[in-house]
Amino acid sequence: MGKTIAEKIFDAHQVDNPAGDIHVIRLDAVFCHEITTPVAINDLLLRGKDRVFDPAKIKAVIDHVTPAKDSKTAAQGKILRDWARRNQIKDFFDIGRNGVCHALFPEKGFVRPGYTVIMGDSHTCTHGAFGAFAAGVGTTDLEVGILKGVCAFQYPRSMKIELSGNLPAGVYAKDVILAVIGRIGVNGATNRVMEFVGPVVTAMSMEARMTLCNMAVEAGATCGICYPDMTTVEYLWPFIQTEYQSKDAALTAFQAWNSDPDAVYDGVVQMDVSTLSPMVTYGYKPDQVKPVAAMAGTPVDQVYIGSCTNGRIEDLRVAAVVLKDKKIKDSVRGIVSPATPDIYKQALAEGILQVFMEAGFCVTNPTCGACLGMSNGVLADGEVCAATTNRNFNGRMGKGGMVHLMSPATAAASALAGHITNSPLYHGKE
Amino acid sequence: MKRFDGNVLFLDRADINTDEIIPAKYLTEISKEALKPYLLEDLKLKGFNPATDLMDKQVVLTRANFGCGSSREHAPWAFEVNGIHLIIAESFARIFRQNMFNCGMLAIELPRETIDGLFTRFSGKKTSVRADLASNLLLFEAEGGRAEISFTLGEYDRRLIQAGGWLEYADAHY
Repeated sequence: MGKTIAEKIFDAHQVDNPAGDIHVIRLDAVFCHEITTPVAINDLLLRGKDRVFDPAKIKAVIDHVTPAKDSKTAAQGKILRDWARRNQIKDFFDIGRNGVCHALFPEKGFVRPGYTVIMGDSHTCTHGAFGAFAAGVGTTDLEVGILKGVCAFQYPRSMKIELSGNLPAGVYAKDVILAVIGRIGVNGATNRVMEFVGPVVTAMSMEARMTLCNMAVEAGATCGICYPDMTTVEYLWPFIQTEYQSKDAALTAFQAWNSDPDAVYDGVVQMDVSTLSPMVTYGYKPDQVKPVAAMAGTPVDQVYIGSCTNGRIEDLRVAAVVLKDKKIKDSVRGIVSPATPDIYKQALAEGILQVFMEAGFCVTNPTCGACLGMSNGVLADGEVCAATTNRNFNGRMGKGGMVHLMSPATAAASALAGHITNSPLYHGKE
Repeated sequence: MKRFDGNVLFLDRADINTDEIIPAKYLTEISKEALKPYLLEDLKLKGFNPATDLMDKQVVLTRANFGCGSSREHAPWAFEVNGIHLIIAESFARIFRQNMFNCGMLAIELPRETIDGLFTRFSGKKTSVRADLASNLLLFEAEGGRAEISFTLGEYDRRLIQAGGWLEYADAHY
């Protein structure tokens, strides 16, 4: 019987099988940020175990609230900073070098095909775009991971998401994943890995694959995952060129992880994206999804473009095409947060930030801030935000606020109109 | 081992998420105790008032996909510091469920029909329950009725509960 990519990764990392289908696996990377790690650090100190299993395999960033907004967030940053120094964690990203974790760490080449990765952050599933098993965990799992380099999971069952056809102009990975979640529900992939396959995925950039995998957890999935291919090799090449003789050699090594043709799946979803239109959420759950046309005219107070879902250079480029030489509606507050310093610099070099600023957007430093209502764009009671983020939970961006999730193109068009609307890049009927 | 008994809080809605259990603005706290006043502050549930409804409750009974969303362990911690160590649901989001057992707390899943039956029989009445880990039984009691419901608990989950959590278990084994 063949194996899925997730099963192959588990088998290559198994440390123990304590009971039933529970497997303790060895970790290749443990990622940390300043919100969920400090409690683990303080507990390790309390227990006289202020050490890490391997400083080279731990990467840390201050990203959720940066620059610190008050004494409490300053203290959280300090705990992480001091800990990174004490434990010789070289890859620690503080202000000036920091960015949204799930955009920053891939950009630094920290995720490779076949890796096992945990982080105290549910959107860790993003890194599955590289053919890795990457899962969000709580602080206790993180603490054990930091100390011992292991984590326990159920042996992975996988759900195959087959994406066929051609994406129409103006329809993006964000629309695809919203449509998939809309179909299977917020509980549709719980305790399973969502394996994204098919020509649509093959044609996607790494950025688009990250958008796809980023929201796997919104369907309950442990991880999203894509097969490594030449796109993966090209993206990682600057970091791996000393390890492989050629790109083809790297490709051959990476593709050994790919699922066998006779692998067994727990569920298959088939979607032809050729007729897909831009999508938007309407309620307080990410599976409450409609075509943008069905929500057109809904007024918005704020438009937020950024986050680990859609704050990458491709996202900013698309939004800038929509915004070029135009002004956002007076009634709208536009906020763009390039997800990392490199994205920020690239957007600056390409004149994209100029376009945003001319249109009336506020450009903020890279941070998670507004997405979870912690800083940098919190909503007031009764306000509505068109956002390129991943969660529309009640109160997510601020108590009493409403969030509509959408692609950067739709968000930019909605900023110009002052209400939810399709972008001119989409030529479909709706 | 923690205590798994007490008065039941009925939360009659599916997909209750972590942001409703503990909003992100409180994630700047670095002590579990500081989360105590904010449990379920943003819960969208008709008629629910955390200030009064949480009083003297030690157990939650709820529907499917409880704890979906964020990985924040602050969600189970907020229950823990309010004296709630047992949550019974049709199903849990993976990370939330794992966080419960990692903290030595008990998350019990029951079939939909059983949950429906418990809501029908006991919701609105002052109800208590005790989880008996030796016999794998939940013993519900309310005025005018009682019920014995069997549950399953995986061997590994049982060991985490007995060890007091994943840290203690991992320390002993790895």
